[in-house]
Amino acid sequence: MLTNQMVQILVFVILTIMTLGGGLGVVSSRNLFHSALFLVLSLVGVVGYYALLDAGFLAVVQLLIYVGAIAVLILFAIMLSRGLMARRQHQRNEQWWIAALVVLLVFVVLLVVLGQVDWPVADEQALLSPNVSVGQLGQVLLGPYMIPFEVISVLLLAALVGAIILARET
Amino acid sequence: MGIPLYWWLAVAAALFCLGLYGALSRKNAIGVLLGIELMLNAVNINLVVFWRYITPQALTGQIFAMFVIGIAAAEAAAGLAIIIAAYRQRDTVVVDELDMMHW
Repeated sequence: MLTNQMVQILVFVILTIMTLGGGLGVVSSRNLFHSALFLVLSLVGVVGYYALLDAGFLAVVQLLIYVGAIAVLILFAIMLSRGLMARRQHQRNEQWWIAALVVLLVFVVLLVVLGQVDWPVADEQALLSPNVSVGQLGQVLLGPYMIPFEVISVLLLAALVGAIILARET
Repeated sequence: MGIPLYWWLAVAAALFCLGLYGALSRKNAIGVLLGIELMLNAVNINLVVFWRYITPQALTGQIFAMFVIGIAAAEAAAGLAIIIAAYRQRDTVVVDELDMMHW
């Protein structure tokens, strides 16, 4: 007999294996193309996390923008410079072991610090009824958050125009 | 909520550290970019988790996560364009060899 909580934990474990396994593949794979495919696996795991956290809209946005757009963009960039990939075998630089040491240290410190903080978790009633309304999200985005929203639109436009100018043949 | 807050934070920290290792240890510029994408995703998980566990009635966490996704899209587009331009000019995407601004 499976309770609701056991199902949640099972889903969480599967998603964690996907996300962290994909992340491990991204940083350890020798072939960069495989790295990018592992990134897709990891990003799909994050989509599952958002769904598990009741953020359905964000899950769809993540799937569309990350998996649909950014991952494909990266795959295109890898294929455009592919001739080079085949020649070079070493993907890691000489300082990789220092990086591994520092990162391991950062991870341990993060785990200890995160465990010591007393997080002000909301009460049971509030946790059971989160505000998941997409309509309100849109209203807030065009109400109190309108200026940041417009700024990010301009930023995205500037980045895309800049990308076209940088990457076109001269 | 069946899953303790600490588990989520630990998973996000692990993903962030994997991304940091990738960004620091890769020779290839595209590999560095992949590491940065992992780090951005880890931060996004944290934002959504804090929204869900600490302020579930507010919408701030989801809005911020959406802004981060927008920034990540801009960063990926500009970054890959720079990499492709550098590859055209120098015929390499190895970060150690891209030293035009260094003397």
